[in-house]
Amino acid sequence: MARSVSTRSKVLNTAVAGTLGFLMVFPILWILILSLKTEEDAIRAPLEVLFNSGWTFDSYGAVQARSDYFKHFFNSVIISVGSTFLGLMIAIPAAWAMAFVPGKRTKDVLMWMLSTKMLPPVGVLVPIYLIFRDTGLLDSRLGLTLVLMLINMPIIIWMLYTYFREIPGEILEAARMDGASLRSEILYVLTPMAVPGIASTVLLNIILAWNEAFWTLNLTAAKAAPLTAFIASYSSPEGLFYAKLSAASIMAIAPILILGWFSQKQLVRGLTFGAVK
Amino acid sequence: MGRIQLKQVKKSFGECTVIPPLDLAIEDGEFTVFVGPSGCGKSTLLRLIAGLEDTTSGMIEIDGTNATLLPPAKRGLAMVFQSYALYPHMSVRKNIAFPMKMAGVNEAEQTKRIYAAAKALNLTDYLDRKPGQLSGGQRQRVAIGRAIVREPTAFLFDEPLSNLDAALRVGMRLEISELHKRLKTTMIYVTHDQVEAMTMADKIVVLQAGGIEQVGSPLELYKTPRNRFVAGFIGSPKMNFIEGAEAAQHNAFAIGIRPEHIDVSITHGQWQATVGVAEHLGSDTFLHVHGVPGCDPMTVRGGGDIAVNHGDTVWLTPDPQHIHKFDAEGLRIK
Ligand SMILES: Nc1ncnc2c1ncn2[C@@H]1O[C@H](COP(=O)(O)OP(=O)(O)OP(=O)(O)O)[C@@H](O)[C@H]1O
Ligand SMILES: [Mg+2]
Repeated sequence: MARSVSTRSKVLNTAVAGTLGFLMVFPILWILILSLKTEEDAIRAPLEVLFNSGWTFDSYGAVQARSDYFKHFFNSVIISVGSTFLGLMIAIPAAWAMAFVPGKRTKDVLMWMLSTKMLPPVGVLVPIYLIFRDTGLLDSRLGLTLVLMLINMPIIIWMLYTYFREIPGEILEAARMDGASLRSEILYVLTPMAVPGIASTVLLNIILAWNEAFWTLNLTAAKAAPLTAFIASYSSPEGLFYAKLSAASIMAIAPILILGWFSQKQLVRGLTFGAVK
Repeated sequence: MGRIQLKQVKKSFGECTVIPPLDLAIEDGEFTVFVGPSGCGKSTLLRLIAGLEDTTSGMIEIDGTNATLLPPAKRGLAMVFQSYALYPHMSVRKNIAFPMKMAGVNEAEQTKRIYAAAKALNLTDYLDRKPGQLSGGQRQRVAIGRAIVREPTAFLFDEPLSNLDAALRVGMRLEISELHKRLKTTMIYVTHDQVEAMTMADKIVVLQAGGIEQVGSPLELYKTPRNRFVAGFIGSPKMNFIEGAEAAQHNAFAIGIRPEHIDVSITHGQWQATVGVAEHLGSDTFLHVHGVPGCDPMTVRGGGDIAVNHGDTVWLTPDPQHIHKFDAEGLRIK
């Protein structure tokens, strides 16, 4: 029997959910509004900003004129997509092994990998900075790609592991009985069945890498700086420029928002970590 | 060819020994059924033969060559799983073609064999569907189709019918038996259903706690069970065991009589008993009666038209030709 829901609780739920949703998007909405104002209007009282000022695209023009958006954009794409795919190449075999031929220590290895995410990144900043300096990886796209791959690896492996575990082992055994080699088994049976899981892993990791700010800010200067560094450059030296900062932020998050919008279904699956089918 | 021989095969999971060292020979073309209670190691034994589990010690020979260390793909065996284990992302056609693709069979031959299998298994209309769009019985047929196209040296079935309803199970049972008659390929079939075992097998292997209790043809097991376990496991309804004074008269610790070897009368007989439950099946009547010393309740089979019900008194006479005698260890006394 379907659960019956009274009209009152429906209204209440909608109101609560709506309010929460609005609170969550409000900062982004506000940034969008500020980005469409002049600098003078942007620092006025909120109500004045809303009702008592004009709209303009000047800030976007100014931002593009001052710093090359597309250079940063391409850096972001290369770093986030590169680190994700590099990570996948290591994570798929790793997750396969842990899901289908677990050993005594598999659980411990998984926990250990997750535990690396509990360490504040700043704790290893100095050694990594020194290694990068000495190997010439500072301010290089390759260096950032490697760091982000390592940072996100535990999450990629965990996600793939949970997806692989949903695949009944008997199907892989059937493939083995049918004469499939390990390569054929992974290529023709496991991967096609895991495509939805792999896709959401890819998406989530691209987003995580895109928004990663600690390492990208600390290990880059000009050449390899992605969009996070592009935003940050508007926050200090010559005082605060709200409108330009907002315009830069919108430009930085727009691509990933659009990507997220079109892949909502996959993402929800990804965020629930394979808990629901 | 498909002769499979197990020599002192043993399997342990960590500390726990599931199969103690065991010897067994399965002849070419034979339909062998492994039967036993749940958890006795039937699936484990089958998976050892398939190569899906590694033996702890001992040797498995297939057609005279040592296959103990061969991976499943190299043993030339086909397996049908209880859960069907079809590839959900492939159509029925692709599922059936998969083992041939792996074996490098050419396209024309693949198509020929797919159609032959589909025709034999009534799947012609479903070749382009995905497994998710098929009924349980159809899925099972696809799994069988996938097994036959590669022309294996032996088929392994692990409780292939247990997910089907009763009517379908009888039908598929016949189909598998017919398949065996037609292909004459060695088949090993795991079940815990003794009716399946009795009806399909050339040879039954009764297992308990990983060990073999008895190996023999269905009628051998029925007529001369080696011990009380086999006697109770083979035959339906179960054999009745009588201990105490009645058994002592036969110089045995216990005697066993099958329900069908007891004569029921409402006027006279050896034992007097009261009917607890009478199951009228039309063709037969099964009576569960109380009051026979040393055996309570006792199950007896009468004709379809015995008009007795709960509380009635009946007289029972065992057929002396069919009394099985067992000693205190449960072993059969000759
Ligand atoms: N991977 C495993 N690790 C540890 N123990 C196992 C494993 N697989 C099976 N066992 C144990 O081995 C014993 C035999 O299992 P098996 O699956 O062979 O039984 P079965 O006879 O097929 O039972 P069923 O009729 O219920 O399928 C069981 O006690 C089971 O707990
Ligand atoms: Mg089993």
